[in-house]
Amino acid sequence: MTHESDTLAAPSRRRFLATSTALAGGLVIACFVPLGSRKLFAQEGAAPAPAPMDPNAFVRIASDNSVTVLLKHSEMGQGVWTSIPMVLAEELDCDWDRVRVLNAPNAAVYSNLAFGIQGTGGSTSTLECFDQMRMAGATARAMLIEAAARQWQVEAGNCRTERGFVICGDKKASYGDLADAAAALKAPANVRLKDPSKWTLIGKPTPRLDSLAKVNGTAGFGIDVARPGLLVAVLARAPVFGGKVKRLDASRTRAVAGVVDVVQIPRGVAVLARHTWAAKQGREALEIEWDNGAGASLSTVAMRKDYRKLAQKPGLIAREAGNIEAALKSSRKRVEAVYEVPFLAHAPMEPLNCTVEISEAGCEIWTGTQFQGVDQGVVAQILGITPEQVKIHTQFLGGGFGRRANPVSDFIAEAVQVAKAANKPVKLVWMREDDIRGGYYRPMWVSRLAAALGKDGMPSAWTHTVVGQSIAAGTPFAPMMIKDGIDATSIEGAADSPYLAAIPAVRIDLHSPESPIPVLWWRSVGHSHTGFVVESFVDELAHAAKTDPLAYRRQLLPAGSRNLKALELAAREFGWGKPLAEGHAAGMAVHESFGSHVAQVAEVSVEDGRIRVHRVVCAVDCGPVVNPMTVEAQMQSAIAFGLSAALHSEITFKDGKVEQSNFHDYKVLKFDEMPKVEVHVVNSSEKMGGVGEPGLPPIAPAVANAIFALTGKRLRTLPLSMA
Amino acid sequence: MKLDINGRQHEVDVPDDMPLLWVLRDVIGLTGTKFGCGMAQCGACTVHVDGQAIRSCVTPASSLAGKKIATIESLGIDGSHPVQRAWIEEDVVQCGYCQSGQIMSAVALLAVKPKPDDADIDAAMAGNICRCGTYQRIRSAVHRAAELSRENGNDA
Repeated sequence: MTHESDTLAAPSRRRFLATSTALAGGLVIACFVPLGSRKLFAQEGAAPAPAPMDPNAFVRIASDNSVTVLLKHSEMGQGVWTSIPMVLAEELDCDWDRVRVLNAPNAAVYSNLAFGIQGTGGSTSTLECFDQMRMAGATARAMLIEAAARQWQVEAGNCRTERGFVICGDKKASYGDLADAAAALKAPANVRLKDPSKWTLIGKPTPRLDSLAKVNGTAGFGIDVARPGLLVAVLARAPVFGGKVKRLDASRTRAVAGVVDVVQIPRGVAVLARHTWAAKQGREALEIEWDNGAGASLSTVAMRKDYRKLAQKPGLIAREAGNIEAALKSSRKRVEAVYEVPFLAHAPMEPLNCTVEISEAGCEIWTGTQFQGVDQGVVAQILGITPEQVKIHTQFLGGGFGRRANPVSDFIAEAVQVAKAANKPVKLVWMREDDIRGGYYRPMWVSRLAAALGKDGMPSAWTHTVVGQSIAAGTPFAPMMIKDGIDATSIEGAADSPYLAAIPAVRIDLHSPESPIPVLWWRSVGHSHTGFVVESFVDELAHAAKTDPLAYRRQLLPAGSRNLKALELAAREFGWGKPLAEGHAAGMAVHESFGSHVAQVAEVSVEDGRIRVHRVVCAVDCGPVVNPMTVEAQMQSAIAFGLSAALHSEITFKDGKVEQSNFHDYKVLKFDEMPKVEVHVVNSSEKMGGVGEPGLPPIAPAVANAIFALTGKRLRTLPLSMA
Repeated sequence: MKLDINGRQHEVDVPDDMPLLWVLRDVIGLTGTKFGCGMAQCGACTVHVDGQAIRSCVTPASSLAGKKIATIESLGIDGSHPVQRAWIEEDVVQCGYCQSGQIMSAVALLAVKPKPDDADIDAAMAGNICRCGTYQRIRSAVHRAAELSRENGNDA
């Protein structure tokens, strides 16, 4: 770990250091990281390679008894800045009020154990490092006890700890006083973890540790980074994906006051200036003739037609049981439907940005990223240096939602290319228009489903053809995520739907058409469409069978299943079946993703043709809970994010160009549209799941199903529209 | 041009059309005010001019001579302002990026409506987007801030 001092010296951290003491000294816990052979993703063939057994530092104890946790994950709103230190602090038995958090540097020891590289995503954070953080805390505690025992010449076994002190009889020493001695000890190979019944912090509603910095304006986001001599750059990208500069005249740009340089990189023309405004003005003054290439004729209207046509025939088989054609043909009642969802931008509130300084020693990056482990390799390749020469100073992320986990590190690569071409330190900033028009998008998807219903109204056959671009194709992730031509993320939530277990004839198949449009995981990834499609279609079947949607799901879902328990809880808390206000109706959905099971019941009305969502009752079974406040916040957050997509957002292309540009035409959920969300957590000792994403998939179908209950109109296209 | 920001006079040499946002962030170094859209669509850049909430991303700094500009930094670093306290107590923030703007909109609301109802809050906060979906907690926090302000003798 050679980067720590650099990270600690980063400008955004200075304020903190000024109020702390002796952070550089004291105890640096070295501990062995046990690596399980977890397999969090179905598409993951092998367990991640074990990280090197470097000594690593997750916790520091200063002489003033303050505890600093080095966070390997990126805080993007999901609450890891609080929940992960809670896990470590539980075992360390320190004073929670003295816990501070710093972003860890980039290094192999900080790898996400589910990914094998450093990164935050897939709703993995808390669950992938839960044991690791407990071990780190317990190891530190054992070393502090050992230091005290040696000092007092007593048995370690006779010592106990309490809120940052080691105690033995009438002897008492603070962790801070013991830190130096403990640091000189060898870390024990085995430490005993607390019995869960003794937990006092894990499971306790705990306020966020990053609140103050985020209400007084001091939280350091990537876009706020200031460095001596740093120039701001904005990039003119081709209006059509795949386009290239044919002719460039930058003379008017160079005349703009504040503009310092203009450089060309593969994706376009960068204007470097003393401040953002000049860079933006300079970009507007560029005269560029683009060669738009093959993408210039692309339109989503035509693509949708092609997708619908493709959906009429089977694609590559992802799952098959029984004879689906025969079962559909011989059925007495058949239900068919086509669902469509559009391309979506992530549109995090903080536009993408990246600060780069290149020196003889290597390259330093300041940015909000979800993918340090990928980024350092991309940067190294661009500059012809080693990944170890790339130092990433992770900042707070002003939203991520998947956009800041890019397999080719697009926004970081661009910034490095600009800094290299200009030979100057640069902060590349995306304008909102760049964010909406510059990629990467949640893929557009079309789904065709057909089911046969038996005499009892239950499905005897179910087929689902999915059409949409592969996210992994063409990226370094392809070998891991694509098996036999099937990108697992395209059909997750469809091919593994729990409804299918009881159905004798099943076929799930996939078409993965290609296009120049860059696509990416977007909060809940494939589930963001399959949740909508499957839960809407089940609702259609329930109505075709003239059965209450809750009763129908009770029959279809395995008794005692986590989905069903969550659904029952949400229905009960909502008051399913009880009369609602005049003009209101309710719909439900339940979906498993990222190891968690979430059910939602939504109450809606239609006012002047506009869908209003008044109330959402959400029940979640995510297994053991670290911070109930985080779980509640993430459910509320995913519902709001999902409602943006359910009600408003859509990226469309015409003549190869994105038609939207900013929040006036790429609409997202506004303040007065936020429903009252009530979150209920299932008391569960099942396997721990994630919470960042699983709250999203059920909201669109819950709303669409409620609209059907209210109006009899089945809305099968997102964003939902009564028109 | 001369600007009065958070009670301090700043002399800046910038183009006449440069929005206040970039003067604050890139010239003076007050980065608590955020850039989100550049066209008054998201509210991340909200500051006060003579007590009124405005979008600094579309307001030329040159139009503000002689006016009092207040940014998130004016509320203080210790989080003791009633609106900041309410935000902390309600555990509002997630990514936090939009919250400077949300808070400045709320402070401006409470200055004219010390006891806002939900409709007042909806109207005042309508221009502030949060992609993390903290709206529900913001609503609770505005109500709480109103209570805290009354307890404090109305210093919001």
